[in-house]
Amino acid sequence: MTTSNRTKTIKRGAIWGFIVLELIFFSVAGRFLSVSQTQFMDLDNMLLLLKQSAPIGIIALGMTVIMINGNIDLSVGAIFALCAIVMLDSQTWPIFAGLGELGVIPFAWGMALLTGMVLGAINGLIVWKTGVDAFIVTLGAMLGYRGLVFMYNGEQPTFLLNWTLVDMIESSLLGLEFPAIAFIVLTFLIWFLMTKTVHGRNAYAVGDNREAAVNAGIRVGPHMLWNFVLIGFLTALSSIVFYSASGSVNPNDGELYELWAITAVVLGGTKLTGGSGSVINTFGGVIAIQLLRKGLGHIGADTETVNLVIGLILIAVLFLDRQLNVKGKGELRT
Amino acid sequence: MRTQSPALRLEDIVKTFPGVRALDGVSFEVQPGEVHALLGENGAGKSTLMKVLAGMHQPDEGRIYIGGRQVTMKTPLEAKAEGVVLIHQELSLAEELSAAENIYLGELPRKRFGLVDRQTLLAKAGAILERLKCGFGPEVTVGDLSIANKQMVEIARALTVDAKTVVFDEPTASLTDAEKVVLFDIIRDLKDRGVGIVYISHRMEEIFTISDRISVLRDGSYRGTLITADTNEDEVTQLMIGRSLDLTRNHEPANLGAIALEVKALCCGSLFHDVSFKVHSGEVVGFYGLVGAGRTEIAETLFGLRTPSSGAICLEGKEVTISSPVSAIENGISLVPENRKEQGLVLGMNCRDNITLPQVSDLTAGPFVSDGAEIAIFDHYRDKLEIKTPNWRQLVGNLSGGNQQKIVIGKWLSMHPKVLIVDEPTRGIDVGSKSEIHKLIRDLARQGYAVIVISSEMPEVMHVSDRIIAMYQGRIMREFTSEEVTEDNLVQAISGIVANGDRAA
Repeated sequence: MTTSNRTKTIKRGAIWGFIVLELIFFSVAGRFLSVSQTQFMDLDNMLLLLKQSAPIGIIALGMTVIMINGNIDLSVGAIFALCAIVMLDSQTWPIFAGLGELGVIPFAWGMALLTGMVLGAINGLIVWKTGVDAFIVTLGAMLGYRGLVFMYNGEQPTFLLNWTLVDMIESSLLGLEFPAIAFIVLTFLIWFLMTKTVHGRNAYAVGDNREAAVNAGIRVGPHMLWNFVLIGFLTALSSIVFYSASGSVNPNDGELYELWAITAVVLGGTKLTGGSGSVINTFGGVIAIQLLRKGLGHIGADTETVNLVIGLILIAVLFLDRQLNVKGKGELRT
Repeated sequence: MRTQSPALRLEDIVKTFPGVRALDGVSFEVQPGEVHALLGENGAGKSTLMKVLAGMHQPDEGRIYIGGRQVTMKTPLEAKAEGVVLIHQELSLAEELSAAENIYLGELPRKRFGLVDRQTLLAKAGAILERLKCGFGPEVTVGDLSIANKQMVEIARALTVDAKTVVFDEPTASLTDAEKVVLFDIIRDLKDRGVGIVYISHRMEEIFTISDRISVLRDGSYRGTLITADTNEDEVTQLMIGRSLDLTRNHEPANLGAIALEVKALCCGSLFHDVSFKVHSGEVVGFYGLVGAGRTEIAETLFGLRTPSSGAICLEGKEVTISSPVSAIENGISLVPENRKEQGLVLGMNCRDNITLPQVSDLTAGPFVSDGAEIAIFDHYRDKLEIKTPNWRQLVGNLSGGNQQKIVIGKWLSMHPKVLIVDEPTRGIDVGSKSEIHKLIRDLARQGYAVIVISSEMPEVMHVSDRIIAMYQGRIMREFTSEEVTEDNLVQAISGIVANGDRAA
């Protein structure tokens, strides 16, 4: 029993240990290899890192919920792009004319959030009503929603700069800019949702044993629908955070975001089969990936190398996780 | 006994896992041409011993002899090469492939360039299937075969090598009576060829039908070997559990209350027809029948997992419509399902959360789940049902079968049901916990619950029930009070033989 508890603690703390390792490695290696003069563990650098993690990070929070629930959502990248287009384009719609740069913001954000929730709801409804695996449904949605993105403005980027909005997003509190604050606050909110509320409890139960959950009187279909609405909402928020400042979206934006989000969630220790996982550890997973990207850049590696290293690390992590699990199981076998 | 060297002999095998001594000096032998039954409760070490035999586990101490020669078997492949073959309880066949391909999987005959030599394959596989008198050819897709026939394919696979010892692990678990007869013929045939057979089963009557000797394991240690012809069930049970199990017939007079549940002419497609019965509060009604007689399906219909095609369900005199587990729970019907782990428990969750799962939405303070309320409920049922767990944080997956079952029962008692349905209350539970669960069921009736117990074990049904309903092919054949029932008339009823023509409704 004590060994299996220890195994559990190791697994829970693994991602934080990995982050510490990264920090040490890049700080030391940076002394010898750095292309710039700045320190790696500089406060500004770390704050910037948090801000850059936000878009994938916020999506990864939703992905954690979905994956604990035993599902997956591959359509978030396309939802991300579509929400961005809606947010930017809606500011020029005649019905919102005359609201001014400030007045239009809530409406533009509202439209984007609504879009994300509706697209998520469509995924959830199909999963609930047809019983088709979420992987297949959202794979279809990924292609379909991307199609919508291209139908909206063809190959052209959608472009709109609202300076009031840019100022808002770039304003900072205690040195943290809006995206970073949003990421941190949302992490805590979703953590509360998953650990303290009935919905969270049911999410773990459904992901671990769907049949037992049905037998316990949980309405599994609507429950999963709400989780898809939630990830749609979070993806829209992520899109808002990212595009409010940049003001320009290409129809290919957000591609592979679903895979980055899944990578972060898996690095954080959430099981692909559902039933176990932690939002806080997903936060760690997101930070670990961003640290790796920045760190490798800091010591002069190019993008291709970064992707190769992240891929190798992901496989190594899953291998270690498997070893720990096998060990844990062996103990219980009689 | 014969004087020739045994087909297989194990001496003083010890195997430990961290914290558990799974096998503690076990010795065991099989003569060529002998059927040697291996008996023991769950956790007695049968599966570990078998895995040692099949090369899946390495013993820490002890020796293995095959035909008088000491061997070490490090992998299942090496074991197979030594002529030891295991027929698994859970069949491990590739459903999409043909019988022939399954039989020679891993050793497919080849032509040049690595192509499969189909002709040789079909000829060789066909010959083996012929020898087993199988009613199907080598080209059928395994997925289309019945479970019994799939088992034949497994056996055929064993025969591709010159098997000296064949280990059967619970081979009849999913076979019909007719299929069992065929299997026993095959075992006798193997025996006549001089193959040594290890036969693992829980079912006493089978063991007495087929085996020559019986060896018993208890708590990982060897308890002795009996010659089948010279022993009886009592002696074997004594050896197995260290004492005899009290399964006398229930004599407690029922303290009947009002009618809690009345089912009128309930039908569900081809699963069951015209089922009518009443359950009073304070009464245990047992459902007995063969697998497939429709007992579990009735329970699932009452719990809203199946939609009845006609008929009515009345609770406390009022007709109700039960369309889902949610509405069943709202109406006060609870089901402790047949497969605890698959249908009843969330194994990765702790004890407390499993017990409160159906009502957690009522245990909130503001938006959050109230820890205190949950712990209070857990404590109450832990004490009431004597659930043995260090604390509520323990994951349910780490509990013993008996305690897991108590968690499921506690979960439903906490919902204060009017009717509690318990499907196979003691499946996969060791003997000690069995009697605890039986006592618990009687206690619940005494407290005024209306309880339905579905069981495939006749002594169990007779032990806990005030009334027994015997089912055959989706119909109620007869209803017995605990005074009327005897093993004979119960067996007749579930085999479709109606005694003195009075079919009770």
